[in-house]
Amino acid sequence: MTKPIYLDYAATTPVDKEVLQAMLPYFCENFGNAMSIHSFGQEAMQAVDQARQNMADFFSCTPSEVIFTSGATESNNLAVKGVLKAYYAQASKNLLKPHIITSLFEHHCVLDSVRAVEKEGLAEVTYLRPDKNGLVRVTDLEKAIQSNTIFISIMYVNNEIGTVQPIGKIGKLVKKINTTRGAQVFPIVFHTDATQAINYFDCHVETLGVHLLSMSAHKIYGPKGVGALYIKKGTPIRKVQDGGDQEYKMRAGTHNVTGIVGLGKAIELVQKNQAKENKKIQLLRDHLIEKVLTEIPQVRLNGSKTHRSPNNTNFSFASVEGEGLLLSLDMEQISCSTGSACSSGALSASHVLLSIGLRPEEAHGSLRMTIGKFTTKAEINTTVKKLKIILTRLRKISGSVLDEYYAKK
Amino acid sequence: MQYSKKVLQHFTKPHNQGVMKNPSGVGMVGNPVCGDLMKIYISVKKDKQKGEYIKDIKFETLGCASAIATSSMVTDLAKGKTIEEAMEITRNDVADALDGLPPIKMHCSNLADEALHEAIKDYRKSLIKN
Ligand SMILES: Cc1ncc(COP(=O)(O)O)c(C=O)c1O
Ligand code: FES
Repeated sequence: MTKPIYLDYAATTPVDKEVLQAMLPYFCENFGNAMSIHSFGQEAMQAVDQARQNMADFFSCTPSEVIFTSGATESNNLAVKGVLKAYYAQASKNLLKPHIITSLFEHHCVLDSVRAVEKEGLAEVTYLRPDKNGLVRVTDLEKAIQSNTIFISIMYVNNEIGTVQPIGKIGKLVKKINTTRGAQVFPIVFHTDATQAINYFDCHVETLGVHLLSMSAHKIYGPKGVGALYIKKGTPIRKVQDGGDQEYKMRAGTHNVTGIVGLGKAIELVQKNQAKENKKIQLLRDHLIEKVLTEIPQVRLNGSKTHRSPNNTNFSFASVEGEGLLLSLDMEQISCSTGSACSSGALSASHVLLSIGLRPEEAHGSLRMTIGKFTTKAEINTTVKKLKIILTRLRKISGSVLDEYYAKK
Repeated sequence: MQYSKKVLQHFTKPHNQGVMKNPSGVGMVGNPVCGDLMKIYISVKKDKQKGEYIKDIKFETLGCASAIATSSMVTDLAKGKTIEEAMEITRNDVADALDGLPPIKMHCSNLADEALHEAIKDYRKSLIKN
């Protein structure tokens, strides 16, 4: 058997061996509860503090601005709902209904959080449509801002098409507006879901101009079920989970010490190796894009080629459905992902691909291949070779039914 | 989501796949919005004892593994049957013959019976016209 080829690093990454080594002592030996006063507890708290320091170093913030959570889903929920809660906690009796701005192609955990508060009648929402290259336009955002806008959430890197959003520019705009609003008025809180950006992009929070930033450990060679929310000092936000006093009273619940230690190590490794890894990964990605676009007919690359994460490719192949494609690749031990509805059990094709103007069948025929630090050129060459064979087979089966369907309409 | 062995067999090596020249009837169902489009071609012959029966059948399908497998299976089920018998084939028959389909696949990918029925109706319509 040949070694399986994993090209789904945007879904999750393997835990780095160094990360695992750092975590191991905190399972059976130093197993204390970080909130306990005794030495077991102190040891655990020291480890949590070290991880928090590593995070602060990476984001160029202070340690007390880092809140550990169970992952980006929780961080995003806390961001949306916590800020809204702070808004409604204001003393004033006649509060306007607040306004939120986000984009149509956020991760579901942001979109669904925003939709939830919208449905409850707690906020009105503007969903910005990205352009056909997968980029949110700052001018669109600026136009959408109203006097009651209190929250903007735009992701840093899109998880399906890897496009990089102009976070720094939005940050500047928000800062300008908040300055003119003055200290008496509820500010615009700017949040970014940076889950897919950590490995590859500048995440200094001051440069970005964000108040809140979400991330997750399992996308950066850390363990699953742990992440963080950066909360700029002074940001109006309330906790949404009640219980103990952990995490500066922002997130109740016993610390996931092993997970937090793993996250701390993972972020340290990103910081150390980022520059070197980025170049290598981008070269591999360019090789993959080049090969697919030149060797395979009737294919398009989804999302901007230039404003793109170094690890992401996303193609649409005409007259092919993604689930069958994925399954065929899996039979060859190649793991990727698709925006087809039918692979996930969802009812419609990828909201991301539809939001940038793809027709449903183009979204159904999409394949996302995301590479990582263990990907090799040989793996990419093998993948493209197999992909060609599979596409030829599936395209033969589909014949010209799609063209005929449209000819009839 | 787990497919049965049968589904995977029909997906990787579908039966009766391809185009038919001068078919007696053609049926196309599905919708690109949901992802599946199926086309079935039939060639109908008359037999003294049996009457009108499906002598040959072919399919073309754009869709997921389950869509391809149900198309392939329906051609197996219909081949050699009289057109009355073929009209009786249901989506449950197709799913059962494949040793079952995952529940979410029962709806949009399991349209092959409809494509078959459309092809038979198309054939009947052509008789009236001639
Ligand atoms: C952009 C983005 N946000 C949020 C998440 C959810 O992260 P988690 O699995 O840590 O909840 C993911 C990963 O699936 C993601 O890619
Ligand atoms: S493509 Fe939708 S179930 Fe097959």
